[in-house]
Amino acid sequence: MTELNAAAEARAEEPPLIAMHGITKVFGSLVANDHIDLAIRAGEIHALLGENGAGKSTLVKILYGLLEPTEGEIRWRGEPVRLSGPQAARALGIGMVFQHFSLFENLTVAENIAAAMPPEMSLAEVAAKAREVSGQYGLPVDLDRPVWTLSAGERQRIEIIRCLLQDPQLIVLDEPTSVLTPQEAERLFVTLERLAASGCAILYISHRLEEVRRLCSSATILRAGRVVATIDPRAVSAREIAGLMVGTALHDVVALRGAAEGAPRLVVRGLSLPPEEAHGQTLREIHLTVRGGEVLGIAGVAGNGQGELFAALSGERLAGAPEAVEIDGRPVGHLGVTERRRLGAAFVPEERLGHGAVPDHRLAENTLLSRHGTGGLVSRGFVLADATRALAQRIIETFDVRKEGTDPRARTLSGGNLQKFVVGREILREPGVLVVNQPTWGVDAGAAALIRQALVNLARQGSAVLVISQDLDELFEMADRIAVIHAGELSTPKPTGDLTREAVGLLMTGAAASKGTVHAH
Amino acid sequence: MRIELQQRQAPSAVARLLAPVLALAAAFLLGGIVVAAMGRSPLAALDVYVLQPLSDPWALQEMVVKATPLVLIAIGLSFCFRANLWNIGAEGQFIVGAICGSTVALATHGTDAGAWVLPVMLALGTLGGIAWASVPAFLRARFGVSEILTSLMLVYVAELILDYLVRGPWRDPKGFNFPQSVTFDDAATLPFLADGGRLHIGVLMAVVAVVVAFVVMGHTIFGYRLRVTGEAPRAARFSGFSERRTTFIVFAISGGLAGLAGIVEVAGQIGQLKPSISPGYGFTAIIVAFLGRLNPFGILLAGLVMALTFIGGEAAQITLRLPFDLTRTFQGILLFCVLAADALVTYRVRLVRGAPAQAAGRAA
Repeated sequence: MTELNAAAEARAEEPPLIAMHGITKVFGSLVANDHIDLAIRAGEIHALLGENGAGKSTLVKILYGLLEPTEGEIRWRGEPVRLSGPQAARALGIGMVFQHFSLFENLTVAENIAAAMPPEMSLAEVAAKAREVSGQYGLPVDLDRPVWTLSAGERQRIEIIRCLLQDPQLIVLDEPTSVLTPQEAERLFVTLERLAASGCAILYISHRLEEVRRLCSSATILRAGRVVATIDPRAVSAREIAGLMVGTALHDVVALRGAAEGAPRLVVRGLSLPPEEAHGQTLREIHLTVRGGEVLGIAGVAGNGQGELFAALSGERLAGAPEAVEIDGRPVGHLGVTERRRLGAAFVPEERLGHGAVPDHRLAENTLLSRHGTGGLVSRGFVLADATRALAQRIIETFDVRKEGTDPRARTLSGGNLQKFVVGREILREPGVLVVNQPTWGVDAGAAALIRQALVNLARQGSAVLVISQDLDELFEMADRIAVIHAGELSTPKPTGDLTREAVGLLMTGAAASKGTVHAH
Repeated sequence: MRIELQQRQAPSAVARLLAPVLALAAAFLLGGIVVAAMGRSPLAALDVYVLQPLSDPWALQEMVVKATPLVLIAIGLSFCFRANLWNIGAEGQFIVGAICGSTVALATHGTDAGAWVLPVMLALGTLGGIAWASVPAFLRARFGVSEILTSLMLVYVAELILDYLVRGPWRDPKGFNFPQSVTFDDAATLPFLADGGRLHIGVLMAVVAVVVAFVVMGHTIFGYRLRVTGEAPRAARFSGFSERRTTFIVFAISGGLAGLAGIVEVAGQIGQLKPSISPGYGFTAIIVAFLGRLNPFGILLAGLVMALTFIGGEAAQITLRLPFDLTRTFQGILLFCVLAADALVTYRVRLVRGAPAQAAGRAA
């Protein structure tokens, strides 16, 4: 270890591997990056932190040559460079692992890796190199498997291998653990530490503070396009870091567990549903009961049937047998989403833009989306424009939705504010049953806390709240019971107090399913 | 070096309003170049195409008469296009509407059937158009077949049926072997708005359609449903609007109005069936719908503009001996300019040096 430290000290003398000085990027009237300074040394794992809209992705795009800065200078090993495109960035030695994978589902792992390599390399050569890298850094993948059979963690390993084959000196990872189970994340950290030890610099973008504190030796925090602090995350508490990101102190969600057990309000019995899309997930024999007064959480890695379950519960897809889904004792499996709403149910889908709200419609019009059939907004087929505006205003005030202008288009709101609007729209109707898919996905910490509190409060007033989420911390904070969805099957819900993160993580990988099946997703 | 389209932060409202006007100006400029290339004076063509019809009362009436089917059809199409469904076969629905409505006119020919004839003709014409449009709607909703192809192909089927009827069973025995039906009785002809004028009551129907469409589109939950379906299909599903039902309804509306336009044209303007009852109204109406920005009053204006090109085109054939195809060419240029202007309102064109962004080009 002393040798490593000595090496690190020696490196500290050199100019940083990459240094960005006074980087400014202006889009119209919006200053996305405002004189940002960022330096990363070889062998360092550096975190880039900030809420959504703080300017992280703009900065990363500049670093990867996808955007040109309006102002500012980038130095690579002390020399000024111009990154005119991703090829120029790669030529320097900058590699990028994106949050959304760009893989061909129907090709094998080896073929996907070869697609990113120079055409003169044969598939066998590519496979040999990939195997070497995969062994060296602990990134096991089966090169001959088609990608669609792989889990998100395995897919990410392909992206990382693909990136490593370019021999990068700086690797940028954008929210790498957002799709991983805790165990998969742990494995990724080991790989990243090995990479750093071999001298590679890593820029690690995340909003999960605990893992940043565990992994990174320095962190740059952005807020509203500016650097607010450069810190050693190991020396500062997660709460303090969050405070720096948001600009204000945060409140914990008050869960007030142990509310009286109410009657079952949402019951699912033996729900099975084939997928609608080619690589979708089949739902297998799902049973669950949500009682009035409780929050039931469903954990799971993305793509294990969460979207399909949401569609079946909301009635966007009919569940076949009427008895498969019951709301307050009424079989509704054969009823559409409007009829289910009339029975007192409400739904919040995962995607805000284009699913939970129409991007180009104003907020007043967006109140109609889920509430046109439940009274008050439409009379004899005519839209009551004043009523929609009044309702939008009520949502905006109750849920502290920040926006520009009196009635802006949905797309102009930040992710957190639009999510507050969409969740608020459903909560204000005082539903007996609320099903939420990823309530705080990509939402800033302040908005996330407000949304979680609102969901818990709704349950405490006697509603049944079902929360589907990939964020384990969120579920442990809010849910009374937690079940795990894996490969379209739902585990038996258990009281949150009896569970550990590790136990839930194991269920998320399907390891505890004890059926010995190879997991397809 | 490459060309990139960048979405504008906030498209200017003024630009949005000016876009059709600028598109029209650009189309005239390009049309003038084509005319010059054919060895005629562009100024003379402008005079014949635009200025003369606008300064002649008879031609002005004619313009309104020609705009009537265009507006009726385009209003129907605007419902489809709003919902992001593509009925390209209004021409066929127009012809089938004309045929279905005409059955009554031909069956009662020479009898003293009374005032019921005309309403029944209009109703049958509308139903014929609906039936013809239901075929692509059904194929799309049930089997996912592209409605663009099926609706377009049915145009040719309709044209051939009409051709067969007027050359065969429905040919006027006293018509010197011309492929045309008998001339409709008065009871089967749309009354004129004023004696000695050219305007028939079909003109009023077009105006009513414009007003009704305006109210439905802007103020009803049905109009909202169409806009949500067109702009965000997943949100429409979340809203509980069935895509299948929307498909059937908008095809019925557009087919019905096209069919109505067909029987109105035959009963009001031509007075008999013949192979060429339409100079391509069903296709031109697509341009009208877009030139009018899918706004009912915009469509009314755009219909008048496009009607002008038909009248000017006829005049140019006679005085400048320019082929009628030039009119079609001009209409095509106009559609192109309208779409380009729309794109430029929403996007900014940028020349970018360097290689294309490869990461974005890879498959997901």
